[in-house]
Amino acid sequence: MIEIRNLKKSFDDNEVLRGVDITIHDGETVAIIGESGCGKSVLLKHIIGLLQPDSGTVKVDGILIADAKEDVLYALRRRIGFLFQSAALFDSMTVYENIVLGLWEAGERDEVKLRQIATEKLGLVGLGARSLLDFKPSSLSGGMKKRVGLARALAMQPQYMFYDEPTTGLDPVTSDQIDYLILSLTESFSTTSLIITHDLFTVKRIAKRVIYLNKGLIFFDGTPKELEQSTDKTVVQFIERFVK
Amino acid sequence: MVKNRNPVRFLGRKIVNFLSEFGEISRLLERTFSFVPRLGRDRILLFNQMAHIGSNSLPLVVIIGFFTGMVSAWQAASQFKGLISLSLLGSAVSRAIFMELGPVLTAIVIAGRVGASIAAELGTMKVTEQIDALESLGISPVRYLSTPRVVAGTLMLPILTIFANVIALIGAFVVANFFLGISEKVFFDSVKRFFHLKDVFGGLFKTFFFGGVTALIGVHVGLRTTSGAEGVGKSSVRAFVLSASMVLILDYVLWTIIF
Repeated sequence: MIEIRNLKKSFDDNEVLRGVDITIHDGETVAIIGESGCGKSVLLKHIIGLLQPDSGTVKVDGILIADAKEDVLYALRRRIGFLFQSAALFDSMTVYENIVLGLWEAGERDEVKLRQIATEKLGLVGLGARSLLDFKPSSLSGGMKKRVGLARALAMQPQYMFYDEPTTGLDPVTSDQIDYLILSLTESFSTTSLIITHDLFTVKRIAKRVIYLNKGLIFFDGTPKELEQSTDKTVVQFIERFVK
Repeated sequence: MVKNRNPVRFLGRKIVNFLSEFGEISRLLERTFSFVPRLGRDRILLFNQMAHIGSNSLPLVVIIGFFTGMVSAWQAASQFKGLISLSLLGSAVSRAIFMELGPVLTAIVIAGRVGASIAAELGTMKVTEQIDALESLGISPVRYLSTPRVVAGTLMLPILTIFANVIALIGAFVVANFFLGISEKVFFDSVKRFFHLKDVFGGLFKTFFFGGVTALIGVHVGLRTTSGAEGVGKSSVRAFVLSASMVLILDYVLWTIIF
């Protein structure tokens, strides 16, 4: 379970989070939406301890992130899969090395087993038919990079999956493919999933709950259907483009 | 737009920033060395960095060393003219090379080639979220990126300096022999006459610090990079300027202690 209480964060004079409270229960699939720069990614980075709050607390499975010792924090992170907005593949490594790095660092040295896991995870993300293991990320398309990033996150068999704008910058067809991929992975592995997006199509397809972050505060918390039916002016303005 | 700056506030902020950055570097140094006992397991990372910092820098060090030796021979000859016998040129040049020129010029070349490249590489990783990705996989960037680079820098600079010293001496001999008419025997007798092991080891001792500091500053600056490609460019320049300055400051401090 993820518990966020009165989370505040500023960068210089820019107050990004102004007191956010969220509880995410195990097995939930939650989408966090909001305008660019409203603090969605900042919120996600607080949950895995990449950023420290100015005030407030973040707890994951009872572990207080800000006070956690380094080894506890790293052990927790190994249970969390993170798909970055830019995929964030290590460009000096091959696809295979990217996928198995976490396992290698966790002590797995059996090359045959590692190769088998990498092939299996690439299959899960729809790249099984192509032998990409020895490719460098620079030779992959944007959609393929996202899929490899997803395979890397899945290699650790995470209990939580965080997706930071999984379809941003992709064409509509690839966006749809990524959406259905996330949906099938969420259903197959029963992970607790948190999706940061401003793509309402993604929200409708994947999320069971949606949180709308506005000006550093939670403005809406409900189901995608409730969001669509909302008559609040700010919500309507945000979702208008997608409803039309 | 011209900003109306309060000079006291501006100066205060600069001092606070300096102290804060100094604190960050000290903390990075402490954390970097806390992972040294794990280097046995991370030896592949260390060997890769030793190859990058060491053997890949060798051609540049050889060229710089050779020309440094040649120009120092001309410089000494010009200063000796009419005052001191040229038969002592080998001694003067070799001591200058072993104590100062070899260690410091090699360190500055490495600050340009390695310090800046570490900052650019890690800076690119930072702005493309690869550092965050490492963290998210439960891997400490300090252990994975900083420790191998700082240890490799500390170990490889003395080795590069040995090469630079030998090549510089050969360069000086070439000028002395071919252009100043000093025979091989006279030149090397002069080198031996005033040769002190302390000069060589003192010079090499300094390079352990130069190499470590250069890599550490490269890592620190790289990990603080922001603002995309422009930020990466600024980080490379900043890493070179800071490490070259630190090499010269440390050189003075260590010189007063050793010699």
